[in-house]
Amino acid sequence: MLLNPTVLALILVSLSVSGMLLLASVFAVRILRHWDIKSGSELQISLERRTYLISTILAWVFMAELIALLLFVYNAEALSSQFTGAMCATGVLNINGYGWPTLFLKIALFFLGAIWLILNHIDRKGYDYPLVRIKYALLLLIAPLVWAEALLQLLYFLNMDPDVITSCCGSLFSADAEGVAAEISSFTPRTAMLLLVGSGAAVMISGVAYARRQVGGLLFTVISLIAFVSALIATVSFIALYIYEHPHHHCPFCILKAGHDFRGYLLYIPLFAATALALGSGLMSRFRHIPSLSAAIEAETPTMTWMALLGYLIFYLIAAWSVLGSNLILGENWW
Amino acid sequence: MTIRLENVTKTFNQGLHNEFSAVKNVSLEIQPDRITCLTGPSGSGKTTLLSMTGCLARPTSGRIYLHDRLISNLPEHFLTEIRRRTFGFVFQRFNLIHDMTVLENVLLPAYPLGLPYRKLVDMGQHQLAALGLADKRHEKSQHLSGGEAQRVAICRALINDPEILIADEPTANLDSKLSLAFLEIIHTLNAAGKTILLTSHDPLIYQSPVIDTVIKLHDGEIDAA
Amino acid sequence: MVLLQRQRYLIDYTLSALYRHKGKNLGLLLVYTLIVFLLASVMLFTQSLRQEAARTLQNAPEIIVQRMVAGRHALIPADYLEKMGRLRGVSERHGRLWGYFYDPVVKANYTLMAADHKQLGERDIAIGAGVARARGLEIGDRLSLRSSRGEPTSFRIREILHPDTELLSADLILLPSATFRSFFGIANNLFTDLALTVRNPAETRKIAEKLTLRLPDTRPILREEILRTYDAIFNWRQGIVFVLLSSALMAFVIFAWDKASGLSAEEKREIGILKAIGWDSNDILAMKLWEGAVVSVTAFLLGYLLAYLHVFHASAELFSSVLKGWATLYPQFKPIPAIDGLQIATLFFFTVFPYTVATIIPVWRAAVSDPDTVMR
Repeated sequence: MLLNPTVLALILVSLSVSGMLLLASVFAVRILRHWDIKSGSELQISLERRTYLISTILAWVFMAELIALLLFVYNAEALSSQFTGAMCATGVLNINGYGWPTLFLKIALFFLGAIWLILNHIDRKGYDYPLVRIKYALLLLIAPLVWAEALLQLLYFLNMDPDVITSCCGSLFSADAEGVAAEISSFTPRTAMLLLVGSGAAVMISGVAYARRQVGGLLFTVISLIAFVSALIATVSFIALYIYEHPHHHCPFCILKAGHDFRGYLLYIPLFAATALALGSGLMSRFRHIPSLSAAIEAETPTMTWMALLGYLIFYLIAAWSVLGSNLILGENWW
Repeated sequence: MTIRLENVTKTFNQGLHNEFSAVKNVSLEIQPDRITCLTGPSGSGKTTLLSMTGCLARPTSGRIYLHDRLISNLPEHFLTEIRRRTFGFVFQRFNLIHDMTVLENVLLPAYPLGLPYRKLVDMGQHQLAALGLADKRHEKSQHLSGGEAQRVAICRALINDPEILIADEPTANLDSKLSLAFLEIIHTLNAAGKTILLTSHDPLIYQSPVIDTVIKLHDGEIDAA
Repeated sequence: MVLLQRQRYLIDYTLSALYRHKGKNLGLLLVYTLIVFLLASVMLFTQSLRQEAARTLQNAPEIIVQRMVAGRHALIPADYLEKMGRLRGVSERHGRLWGYFYDPVVKANYTLMAADHKQLGERDIAIGAGVARARGLEIGDRLSLRSSRGEPTSFRIREILHPDTELLSADLILLPSATFRSFFGIANNLFTDLALTVRNPAETRKIAEKLTLRLPDTRPILREEILRTYDAIFNWRQGIVFVLLSSALMAFVIFAWDKASGLSAEEKREIGILKAIGWDSNDILAMKLWEGAVVSVTAFLLGYLLAYLHVFHASAELFSSVLKGWATLYPQFKPIPAIDGLQIATLFFFTVFPYTVATIIPVWRAAVSDPDTVMR
């Protein structure tokens, strides 16, 4: 299993990224110790130059991690024919105890990376780079997660045993199974739908308020996280059912397949992008008081917030279209 | 547009055995609309002082004010922003890029500003025409004569319409006839409202009546004499 | 708008710089393209092999029942067809006769199979293209093989099997079942194995389970298992080639690092000039990254295109033997073009990603260099 080129590529990327983050972390420690923007010493100038390198490296790292996330899921899909019982990515992820944690960690790193990049972007607009210490402290928190993810992924691939019979999404996502997946699908469609609509309305209202009046940034951040989780729950609980036109098929990955017009991408990409933008934009409100950044934050926050809201809107519209345009009708007892 | 330096020092190789200060505790003011010349023997710190004044380098200590705004502790990114819009540079060896045409060379400083292409080309051609180089715009830069190259370098320095023109030993590689032609050009630019700051150890330049102020440097300090 | 225009100018400058230093960049481009070509060829070829195997096995029976004696495959009695009883879902069942024959003349193994549907005469055979090539046979020629009793038996070639099925039929010889039985000395009540056709693929496992209970001295082989095994083998072989190519990849990375670090005096001067006239480190960095992007995209497209031509028009001459398998009789087949996103993303991570990682630091170093040198 290990010799599959895509698996090799994913391991190669993880290891390279881990190495680059090690480099970045060493530098982050130096920055936290010696950074003094007011100084004109050679050390300070060299530190400033290094920040260009680190910014470039991290931008590249997070972009690579994003593509690797997609590749990881897509690869799990492609490997499903190799494992007995697996009919899609869900079964492959379930082959050992490392699959799902790797995926969750990759998703968490996507958001952390997005936040870092947004912070970096806004910091560079301040003539005294006021967020340097915060950025690099955050980096020191992200680095161990990257290393953990690389390790988990490696263990996942090394422990892939094609002789083990794994469960397919049908059994994993059923209400009477155990585990997170089952928990999610045991939400009745009614509950999930109410949660989706509620969180959707909340995120839209708080977002508009934030974009127009610049109030409630942190609230918007928190609500957007709730909206994200609700959206995932909703996808597994009922949106998937309507897309597959099958009352028992809850799998979140099968909707990425060509057979369903790649509907999964249309749902996930706007959702993830919107949440990333919302998180970044909301967090920026915390720094509005910094004189060198206030103008830039005031200019950028509305744009980011509107874009986030657009992303959420696209998700809700596609979800609604999937439900309303489906041939499936869930009878009374499903509610 | 006053440039004010207060107790500016520039030290290289800090903490190493070969540490030295090219500029020591210099304080001076560059007057607007004047032509100022820094002079002194080689190693006196003229070029270092010039590069700090022109926002090309940061002082190790001390303060530099542009228009009463403190700029000496700005990070490179912001310093460059200011430099692009305020200063134009002419170098000793002109430093045109070979295998690029005259027009392309002239437009280079304006690329990062992201102006529309048509506008950019018009600006460049206007500058070249002002210095009599309109017909040379598609020539490769390595085929120009010394005088032509210098004029192209001046056009390039002026493309963003900066308030201050800085020239480092601009006539070091030119004969006296071309040196005098250079003085003519800067005199005209000064009359049009530009501040000029240059360095030269050529008496033909610093003793010329065109120069308003001469500042002598010796060993990184201003010569009181 | 300003951002876009700025990028446009940067790309413009990058392209002209690449052209001005074309000597240096051509070498890099060549090596880069070669790496992409090698890796892409392997991936494209393996992908098409996998698809080919799946296609040709489409018509194979869903379940094959083999009798095992003392852990080895033995002939199976014909009455097992009755003995297996009613099996819901099995639409068709019959016995198959096939075996191997070693031909010392060409030192190759043939697979002989009874094929009554071909309606061949007693001494007529249909042969695969591999056999034909190995023995230089055409329709109408004669082939003499030694039977199990030691007697040379002369067969006449009636048909050469269609090249489309070469991957599985290259070494095949088809003959009537009566001839097969007399040639190999197999009694009338025995078969080599039994083939079952199952309509619903979801039921094959259940049926296989029932078979093991009803016929305990047999083992059922499922078509899906064969496909999975082929898949795994091709994947594994592909992986081996990749691991072998990793040293080439390593060399390429070091080469790229070296090229990026070793700026010529002319390049250093240019960067110094740009910084002195108003470009900051970010602009230079962006320009250099665009340079890397242009080189990468060109190498990637060129390498992939060449690989495509190599695999689908030249039948992957370079490594077909490693990937197809070893035998004296190599099937000749034309791979069917197949490209997919997963492949391209994997290729990207094996080529563009290492190149970029190798060049980030040298590029940055060039971008933050002091314009001081150009002042003096």
